[in-house]
Amino acid sequence: MRYEAPLSVEDAVAALAGQSGAHVLAGGTDLLVKLRSEMIEPEVIVDIKRIDGMKDIRAEEGGWRIGAAVSGAEMSEHEALVADWPGVVEAAGLIGSTQVQGRATLAGNLCNASPAADSVPAMVAAGAVARIVGPNGTRDLAVIDVPQGPGKTALEPGEFIASILLPARGQRSGDAYLRFIPRTEMDIAVVGCGISLSLDEEDRVTAARVSLGAVGPKVMLVEKAAEAIKRRVLDEAALDDLAAACSKAATPIDDKRGTVDFRRHVAGVLARRAAVIAVNRAKGDTA
Amino acid sequence: MALDDTKKTRDFKVVGTRPDRPDGIDKVTGRARFGADMVLPGMLTGRILRSPHAHARIKRIDTSKAEALSGVKAVVTRADFGEVPADVADVMDNCMAGDKALYDGHAVAAVAASSPAVARKALKLIEVEYEVLPHVTDVDEAIKPDAPVLHEGRQQETVPGGMSANVIARSEFGHGDIEVGLKQADRVVERSYRTAATHQGYIEPHACLATMGPDGKADLWVCTQGHYMVRNTCAAILGMEQGQLRVTASEIGGGFGGKTVVFLEPVALMLARKSGRPVKMVMSRSEVLRATGPTSSTSIDVKIGMTKEGRITAGFAELRYQGGAYPGSPVDMGAMSGFAPYDLENVKTVGWDVVTNRPKAAAYRAPGAPMAAFAIESAIDEAARGFGLDPLEVRLMNGADEGTKASYGPTYPAIGLKATLEAAKSHPHWSAPLGENQGRGVACGFWFNFGGDTCVSLNITPDGTVTVSEGNPDIGGSRASMTMMAAEELGIPYDQVRTIIADTGSLGQNEVTDGSRVTFAVGLATIKAARAAKTEMCRRAAMVWGIDEEAVEWEDGAARPAGPNAGKFPPMTLKEIAAIASNTGGPIAGHHEVNAEGAGVSFATHMVDVELDPDTGSTKILRYTVFQDAGKAVHPSYVEGQFQGGAVQGIGWALNEEYIYGKDGILQNAGFLDYRIPVASDLPMIDTVILEIPNPGHPYGVRGVGETSIVPPLAAIANAVSAAAGVRMTQLPMSPPRVLAALQAQADG
Repeated sequence: MRYEAPLSVEDAVAALAGQSGAHVLAGGTDLLVKLRSEMIEPEVIVDIKRIDGMKDIRAEEGGWRIGAAVSGAEMSEHEALVADWPGVVEAAGLIGSTQVQGRATLAGNLCNASPAADSVPAMVAAGAVARIVGPNGTRDLAVIDVPQGPGKTALEPGEFIASILLPARGQRSGDAYLRFIPRTEMDIAVVGCGISLSLDEEDRVTAARVSLGAVGPKVMLVEKAAEAIKRRVLDEAALDDLAAACSKAATPIDDKRGTVDFRRHVAGVLARRAAVIAVNRAKGDTA
Repeated sequence: MALDDTKKTRDFKVVGTRPDRPDGIDKVTGRARFGADMVLPGMLTGRILRSPHAHARIKRIDTSKAEALSGVKAVVTRADFGEVPADVADVMDNCMAGDKALYDGHAVAAVAASSPAVARKALKLIEVEYEVLPHVTDVDEAIKPDAPVLHEGRQQETVPGGMSANVIARSEFGHGDIEVGLKQADRVVERSYRTAATHQGYIEPHACLATMGPDGKADLWVCTQGHYMVRNTCAAILGMEQGQLRVTASEIGGGFGGKTVVFLEPVALMLARKSGRPVKMVMSRSEVLRATGPTSSTSIDVKIGMTKEGRITAGFAELRYQGGAYPGSPVDMGAMSGFAPYDLENVKTVGWDVVTNRPKAAAYRAPGAPMAAFAIESAIDEAARGFGLDPLEVRLMNGADEGTKASYGPTYPAIGLKATLEAAKSHPHWSAPLGENQGRGVACGFWFNFGGDTCVSLNITPDGTVTVSEGNPDIGGSRASMTMMAAEELGIPYDQVRTIIADTGSLGQNEVTDGSRVTFAVGLATIKAARAAKTEMCRRAAMVWGIDEEAVEWEDGAARPAGPNAGKFPPMTLKEIAAIASNTGGPIAGHHEVNAEGAGVSFATHMVDVELDPDTGSTKILRYTVFQDAGKAVHPSYVEGQFQGGAVQGIGWALNEEYIYGKDGILQNAGFLDYRIPVASDLPMIDTVILEIPNPGHPYGVRGVGETSIVPPLAAIANAVSAAAGVRMTQLPMSPPRVLAALQAQADG
């Protein structure tokens, strides 16, 4: 097994080229687990952390471009980013333990392509876009379109994600992510729900994106849930409709982590709770 | 009460204080050496090939390709071991499958290679031809007459005809007449309960390093709760004399009963014998969960008769425990312990030992007792609440006391059950208000405790410090306790004594660190060894003074002339006697060897508050208090630690931990992600109240404390969750999907 730590995107792309057994290393919090459990035996590991820009959080067109090697802990300490996208930062902050937080990245969480990935529903709700580099140049792809199923992504051979763009946050807007786990931390979502919404001056929802994790083969954007609350003040009736739409959209399976009935029900419960947090944030209550 | 056979009352100077543990610095700095930390020149990596099937006949194993791989120094299968003595036949078969693989993860072959990568590759080159057989992993399925059978011809005569061959044994305990008792009851609660298999969850995986010379002499470094057991078992399996195998116990990162048997050790020794090189084996976490010794899953029926005043007129339980692939589940101990806290006229328990296609159950902290207590304490709670009675008062009314004939036979000497109940009743926790969706539960628990074979050697160095050698791996702070008891008895400071865990070549036979026996039995032997040394030191002083040795007594760390000679000579301290030992007859030591009897039984009462999230079925532990009799707490911090540790393992067992098998008989959650042990943020501070009702069988009154603390929590939490939910929870774990389903079923109907 070879380890390479290129200093440029071009060198990284070259190192990955033609290597079917090549793996990208950013935080390594999934890769090292797979190595240790002998799920993979890579021929080459390409560490992208030394490439310029990979550890940066940069303002871009009113939004934020987050390098592929930025850890959850670094995001949590970036006040302006937290102010704009608290839901995304909190979602990333739920991954693993304190130690894992010092390494785990948004891009890695996305590329692991787990339907239960915590940061992905939050990014999907936020309308985030991944910047992908590879042998054929650079392309942008909506985060929702990156995972193609458990462990599968839309990345072509030799490609990797260089950064994630969180778009400009509008006025009177807020986001939130909640997950259900049987413990209080160090666990994987049994259900996850991300919501991003904007309000008008009468507190009616003008725009909304609602996403669910761990209730299907990949994170899903629930457009009917968003439709259910648009143009409405989020009163009990609206929250009931939101919850019902999420429960209905969920297509979970029975497995060791939860039952179909449980996951459907809890998808609605989390949507209600996340929506209340997002609305309070949109109203300027950051508590 | 004869607390001490030399004095009526005793003012302890060291016992009861809280000094730093002697192994503390090594453990926080990383200097401590655990199972995987030992290396030797030329050492090979040993790895095991495991069955991917729950039940399969092994038709053929071809190891030739693996043996041909460069870097492979030995390959071992069952054929290498030949015939082994009958008393270790099941252990052998569990360490390396014979004709059949009996569970997912069962070892079928092993390699020793020059590197982990070569070993990994070699395992892939071993060809095993399996004939996959039908399997059964559920206890209630396994007892059905048409269930797939693991072993023919193992059923004992106690089992009535017509039952599946998987039912190995039936046991029965109790006295009185259940039917008579039930007729006297105003209410009968009859319920069935189920518990899932759980694992001890020790942090350190099994690991060992074996060497064997061409002359057959072998050394083994191993993480275990009992290196004498490892020696005896491995010697029997490998056809060695026990004296030719020296076993040294490493530091141990948790055991809880799971390291009281062998898994890797005979295989490592066989690989070392075959390769002529040292062989190190370390399990992965997945191997630990798939193929070591979790506890039984159980199915239990209980019938309790109670008068409207709260008197229990009859107690009956039928317990079915699957113990994995070989006979010997802890069902007897469940059947003996479940009603042990109560003084009952009519009580009966029936236990069924059942085999299934799961790893063989090992001991897990009070083996068998927590599940029985869950079922019985739940039924008592339900009966009491049905009459609107206070569950603590009902337990006090029926509680066992000195002179009570226990449900499992003996008559109790002085015991502490009622003291724990009274302490619970008067504790502020019991009267604290509860909020919405919150519930409070209580339950009692019992454990036998144990003594057993024990050797201690205590040596006085020339400069007058003291070393204690004992043969029980320290899993709960026992080196601190032994050091304290030696210092107490000798009248010297704690830091003048160092206690070590000696290898098997240095002491006689020592029982495994189990049964909460070490502080009691090794403590007793330490005290007796110290007394032997004191007697010798008094003799030396008498010699120097020229008086009779009977006229010398030991007090405050020095020999003093007594009786008519009192005050005639200045006291001689331990240091002064040690300094002239060479001139007064030679080195001074004391030792004691005993099969310790008189381990006092132990009782606890637990109290817990929970809050349910009615929308998700999630349970939060809000407050938890343990009340337990320690006899005498030698080091109160470690006694509290044992109380807390048992409660926390019980919380995991009650709420989330479970072995999940698929329909294919394969373990679905062989890792700490989906085998959910509580994390720190799941828990409140566990409060503890130490009661001290002295054990007449120990010089200082010590009782074992390690196991009782895991007996009540399953029931206490189930009683609390049931109170909060308004519906009786009868199945563990009370995971969120299960609680939510119960809440929804109740709302619907």
